[in-house]
Amino acid sequence: MTLVGERRRAADVAVRRPKTAVHLGDGRAAFRYLLPAGVLLLAVLAYPLYQLVQISLYEYNQPQASGAAPLRFLGLDNYAELVADPKFWDVLAATVVFAAVCVIGSLVVGTALAVVASRARPVPRMLLFLAALGAWATPAMAGSYVWLFLFDADLGLVNEVLSGIGFSGMEGHAWLYDRYSTFAVVAAEIIWCSFPFVMVTMYAGIKGIPAEVVDAAQLDGASWWRIATRIILPMLRPLIVIATIQSIIWDFKVFTQIYVMTNGGGVAGRNLVLNVYAYQKAFAGEEYGMGAAIGVVMTVLLLMITVLYLRAQRKAGWAP
Amino acid sequence: MRSRISDAVCVLAAILVAVPLYWMVLSAVKPDGEIRSASPRPWTFAPTLDAFRRVLDVENFGRYFLNSAVVALLVVGGSIVLSFVSAVALTRFAFRGRTVLLVMLLVAQMVPVEALTIPLFFMVQSAGQVAPAFGLNQLAPLVLINLAFSLPFAIWMLRGFVAAVPRELDEAATLDGATRFQYVWRVLFPLVAPGLVATSVLSFIHSWNDFLFAKTLIYSSTDNRTLPQALLVFYQPDEQDWGAIMAGSTLMTVPVLIFFVLVQRHLVSGLAGAVKG
Repeated sequence: MTLVGERRRAADVAVRRPKTAVHLGDGRAAFRYLLPAGVLLLAVLAYPLYQLVQISLYEYNQPQASGAAPLRFLGLDNYAELVADPKFWDVLAATVVFAAVCVIGSLVVGTALAVVASRARPVPRMLLFLAALGAWATPAMAGSYVWLFLFDADLGLVNEVLSGIGFSGMEGHAWLYDRYSTFAVVAAEIIWCSFPFVMVTMYAGIKGIPAEVVDAAQLDGASWWRIATRIILPMLRPLIVIATIQSIIWDFKVFTQIYVMTNGGGVAGRNLVLNVYAYQKAFAGEEYGMGAAIGVVMTVLLLMITVLYLRAQRKAGWAP
Repeated sequence: MRSRISDAVCVLAAILVAVPLYWMVLSAVKPDGEIRSASPRPWTFAPTLDAFRRVLDVENFGRYFLNSAVVALLVVGGSIVLSFVSAVALTRFAFRGRTVLLVMLLVAQMVPVEALTIPLFFMVQSAGQVAPAFGLNQLAPLVLINLAFSLPFAIWMLRGFVAAVPRELDEAATLDGATRFQYVWRVLFPLVAPGLVATSVLSFIHSWNDFLFAKTLIYSSTDNRTLPQALLVFYQPDEQDWGAIMAGSTLMTVPVLIFFVLVQRHLVSGLAGAVKG
């Protein structure tokens, strides 16, 4: 409330003054203000990124890490080995498909529920938002365990419900035994905890659409489906872009859920994604150079996806 | 604008989304026998705190809870100060290279920080040889790492809040003879408080949830573990104590839930502000 009051007072003061941009500070002041955050980001983000590239160019295994053997410069040998390894391509493909399913899933569910919520009465809408906030707030670790328990073969709720409604074959079904159904359960958990961000963002966007626009379309006899697909979605485009990029960034580098729910990447690593693969190579296999190379590949891919996506959107008429 | 179908879909979706949470809390208070029963019921008539007792007594959970809380609160404190002064500089100061910095801030959010575990592990290892408090198995590096990785988004989000304060206020304060320091901390800071709340919640969650860095950097100290690692201990490949795991998960979720519900309004407007940028 004070905010509104202050704003009004400020506006009154400003009425008679010519509007010239006043700057609180210059370059020197900016340097001082930005220094703490800058130093921290350089030390903990930029420098390790440089180190990551460095490590990926060396033979860097346990003997080198403990100082028992000298470092050997390999150039791009780690990358060559990676490209020649069918396991790497398998994990890469799994990561891309898995992330795509999670991204599309959370976008579709989040946007659809935002549209529905904008048409619902306050109480049902509040229930949905409360539940979604709960899912959003649940730590990845806790969420992973809950979903594992829900899908537990003998004690889980899902099999109980499925066999209860007639799918008797599902009794004792081991969801986490098959590669694809394991990925599906993990994806469901991820969509569950990441759709709320999309929903809240889209809901704010829908509320920002002037009511007259929708009213006019309704008066013209447009159906709700038409209004949703022809008016609301196009007007939400900038938000959809941002939600998509955010989701790609989050889902492409998912770690905790895969690590916890598949116990470190599944039997024989069949549920690995790049992030967990890099981690296992480095810290379980003690091939730090190779792990770093996978990390570099992932960083480059992520930056490429983001740039491509932004460019596509700009071509389509929306500049970031 | 409104329809019964939408109401029904909303309620149905709310129930589906809430089931995992309900099941978590329910299983945490169910007696052990009911959890091991092959036909689980969605209620219990004999709620018990046994599972919580197992968690708190056997596994030193309280200690890990405290560790997680200390790390998260330090991250929040640091994030409030650092993101505020950075956001002020980026929105209110005139200097060359501002656009470049903004783009770098965006790029920083895209770096897969998980890949940085490898170099950070070695950096922290060598830091520990100079300053033991910042070495492996210590909480200080976790604070710095979580702070740094939540900072780009926090600055980005707060920028929207600072930009929303009318510029006329800057002018008025300057004319009234306020120094920059006074203006920034006495006027601007309270005005963007809702934004600070939203960013600090996100920083808190970021730090509270961190599993990877905690697992990598605190690999052998049992005293300095944080919550996510403590939960991992309960999960055995063959015979799970689901009651204890659910109780631990509940304990880990409750603080975040409370935060979320308290600041829900600010969070939504804050995200919208960041998104509109």
